[in-house]
Amino acid sequence: MTTVVTSGIDLLATAVEDQAVPVGRVDWRPPMPGTAADLATVATDPLRSEANRRALEAFLGVTARLVDVAPAAEVLGLERGQFLHAGPPITWDRASGPLRGGLMAAAAFEGLVDDPEDAPALFESGSFTLDPCHHHHAVGPMAGVVSPSMWMFVLEDAASGRRTFCSLNEGLGKVLRYGAYDDTVLTRLRWMRDVLGPTLQRAARATAGETDVTGILTQMLQMGDEAHNRNRAGTLMLLRDLSPALATSGVDAADLAEVFRFVGGNDHFFLNLAMPACKLALDAARDIPGSTMVVAMARNGTDFGIQVSGTGDEWFTGPAQVPEGLFLGDYGPDDANPDIGDSAITETAGIGGFAMATAPAIVRLVGGSVPDALAATRRMHEITLGENPRWSIPVLEFQGVPTGIDVTRVCRTGILPQINTGMAGKVAGTGQVGAGLVTPPAEVFPAALARLAELARGRGDHL
Amino acid sequence: MITHVDVRSGAYADSVTLLQVSRQAQQLPGVLAAQVAMATPLNLDVLAGMGLPVERDVSPNDLVIAFRLESADGVADTLAGIDALLAQASRRPDAGAGSGELAPPRTTAAALRRTPDAIALVSVPGDLAVLEAMDAVEAGRDVMVFSDNMPLEQEVALKRLAAERGSLVMGPDCGTAVVGGLGLGFANVVEPGPVGIVAASGTGTQQLLALLDHAGVGVASALGVGGRDLSAGVGGLSTREALRRLDGERAVELIVLLSKPPAPEVAAAITSYADTLATPVATALLGPGAPDLTAAAEEVLARLGVPVPDWPVHGLAHPAPSGRWLRGLFVGGTLCDEAMLIATEALGPVRSNIPLSPDQALPAGLTADAHTFVDFGDDTLTVGRAHPMIDPTLRLDHLARAAADRTTAVILLDVVLGHGADADPAATLAPALADVPQPVVVTLVGTAGDPQDLHRQARALAHAGAEVHLSNAGATRRALELLEARR
Repeated sequence: MTTVVTSGIDLLATAVEDQAVPVGRVDWRPPMPGTAADLATVATDPLRSEANRRALEAFLGVTARLVDVAPAAEVLGLERGQFLHAGPPITWDRASGPLRGGLMAAAAFEGLVDDPEDAPALFESGSFTLDPCHHHHAVGPMAGVVSPSMWMFVLEDAASGRRTFCSLNEGLGKVLRYGAYDDTVLTRLRWMRDVLGPTLQRAARATAGETDVTGILTQMLQMGDEAHNRNRAGTLMLLRDLSPALATSGVDAADLAEVFRFVGGNDHFFLNLAMPACKLALDAARDIPGSTMVVAMARNGTDFGIQVSGTGDEWFTGPAQVPEGLFLGDYGPDDANPDIGDSAITETAGIGGFAMATAPAIVRLVGGSVPDALAATRRMHEITLGENPRWSIPVLEFQGVPTGIDVTRVCRTGILPQINTGMAGKVAGTGQVGAGLVTPPAEVFPAALARLAELARGRGDHL
Repeated sequence: MITHVDVRSGAYADSVTLLQVSRQAQQLPGVLAAQVAMATPLNLDVLAGMGLPVERDVSPNDLVIAFRLESADGVADTLAGIDALLAQASRRPDAGAGSGELAPPRTTAAALRRTPDAIALVSVPGDLAVLEAMDAVEAGRDVMVFSDNMPLEQEVALKRLAAERGSLVMGPDCGTAVVGGLGLGFANVVEPGPVGIVAASGTGTQQLLALLDHAGVGVASALGVGGRDLSAGVGGLSTREALRRLDGERAVELIVLLSKPPAPEVAAAITSYADTLATPVATALLGPGAPDLTAAAEEVLARLGVPVPDWPVHGLAHPAPSGRWLRGLFVGGTLCDEAMLIATEALGPVRSNIPLSPDQALPAGLTADAHTFVDFGDDTLTVGRAHPMIDPTLRLDHLARAAADRTTAVILLDVVLGHGADADPAATLAPALADVPQPVVVTLVGTAGDPQDLHRQARALAHAGAEVHLSNAGATRRALELLEARR
């Protein structure tokens, strides 16, 4: 039975229906303003179609395994006075409250200052250096601050030997990544350095790559986690996988009990494994000329930046937006900092907000309803290159999550990626104030498209 | 007997799906036993118990495909069969899955994911049509691009990819197609029959469909290729694919290639390609010195051994006592072209907004102290306005002006019926004709099956004083005769 898909003049669709042939009507609307010429150039770039196919295939071919836990000084070569942060590059003078708070906490944690309040002067004077996590194969949630003494998860793709890194999750509330820097924050960081990190290292080395983070993601997506704002099942599966090795690690029983209590009591612990797993897969899709696939979305609390496979390491940035959602306690929208963190790497990889349909338990947390969640995931299929057969959603008949954000489809439809996120207080030291939904600033996509078009024109193999 | 065990990393499917796939795999030809499962310890035991042990390191996230066959030469087919089963099992019905409303798709790509076998019909603004059309070609689907004003380089890029993917691009600026009986765009209702048409012209195709229909000859498919397809720039990419498709259609006994004069090198390539086909190809060229569409239709009938009927005429127009000029007011570009070619032979150069030579271009007002032919369907007159086959306003306005002009001697019009066209063109045209003092000749292009009712339209127009022809060439010659008779 023939069917017809129509875009444009409705009368032509009706004329087909008059012949008793079913019609699927495209709800066509003009693209984002000013993008028509670039869209046509990129659409007719002879490299694009194959480049996107390769990018998606490379992404889907990655399996992330936990191979080690080690200090950033060892695995990233960070030195005293060097700090990594979330999002695109930024300097102290433009840094938002939570990023400054996180950096102040880290400076005190490293013993560079005795009082966190003394750190700003040193950052202002340029005594310390700042660099994005993404420039070091790493990702960090919220402020994403990494300093040399912090312990990192090390994930590896066995096929290629590539690795990615992420710090250990501190839990909720007053924590460094939300910009808090009081004594409780520093005490916790020291315990993580002295007890949690070394213990996890023993377990990770003893299990030697048996912990398949990509595989856990497969399962947790069928257990109500979307792996950004809900990581409960993933955290428990991680504990399940590591507990035999933890039990036989020789670590003092009281310390071990504290490790179990800490990890088991922190529903977000697995987020810091989901994120580098997503980055490991997305990095495989980088640097394919002609590909319009987004390989990173990241925010530093001031700017929102994206990177695209076909445009190398260039960041396309715009102002980070303030999320909409629910607030803790007495906090309100005026207390919230603009969007921050590398955790949008999960949405870039097709989970988080893109897999909202699979996490009905948290739709209220981000201020939505179950039908909204289903609609959100379906809407994301409009702007993605394909589906991920490994990561599927039961309630959508096991349809794979929408995968590979396509700059051209975002510009064509005006549909922006939906990101689930936590909200940090905008004043340094506050901590978390809420959680909600946010989108990138629309202008980053036409900017990336313009660059893709420029590259296509410049290649000369283009007409 | 042979056993085969495949391990695939990263190819997860849930256990219920794999159970179904395993059961179906056991039904594949030559399969004695088959199991498709995730490599969990339990499943590995099951596989070993079936005599299909997995003899390498695997993790529970690996997919195992294991089977035993009667003979070794079935391995590739069985693997392909299981792949198809896996693909089928992972393909979900979109509508109704989960709860909540399914929003309409926003791009052709998204729509084709929902109905993967569909043909795409694109009529969005011309500078954006390539985006929707590319979606279809990348999905391996055929597409008709109704939109005009697509830049040439985009057409070339689109058709090059289509050639790689085996897709057919009809257009751009393709007004008419009949695909296996389904009319797309402005298409007449035709009976199935032995003729397949490949056409660079929409209204040219419609004229051919109408004439063949009157002669009792049906058409299997009429595939448009766009007016530039046989230019050197495009190189006949769509024409070649369309010819290949029609050659593969069982019902087609004769292929008619209806085209503007092609670039010589393209003509040679197409001719040599046509020679490789099992189905004979008759070429009907449009242009100076070439036979008109009616002659082309008669040639087709002759090749099929069908007698040529008298092309029908309703009503009778009488010469005007005064006036000098012939006024052609058309909605069909090819019909306008054809009329100009015939008129030029008798009258010398005529003025038009689609002139046969650039020096005969009409000014923006579309009037001149000369014989004039206006194509109201031309790109420049449809920007921001519906095609005149749908919205008659602009032409009716010019008809009234021509009628009021004492220098007008004869008026020549076309009316095109079929799907997509005005539901009752005579309802507005006939009352307008009643006020026209000059003789009016109308080409009424339509088939007996068209929804507007061809005969009722003809009667209504004839009743209003027009002389109504099915053949555009016939109508034009009659208009010239009336012009001559006035002198």
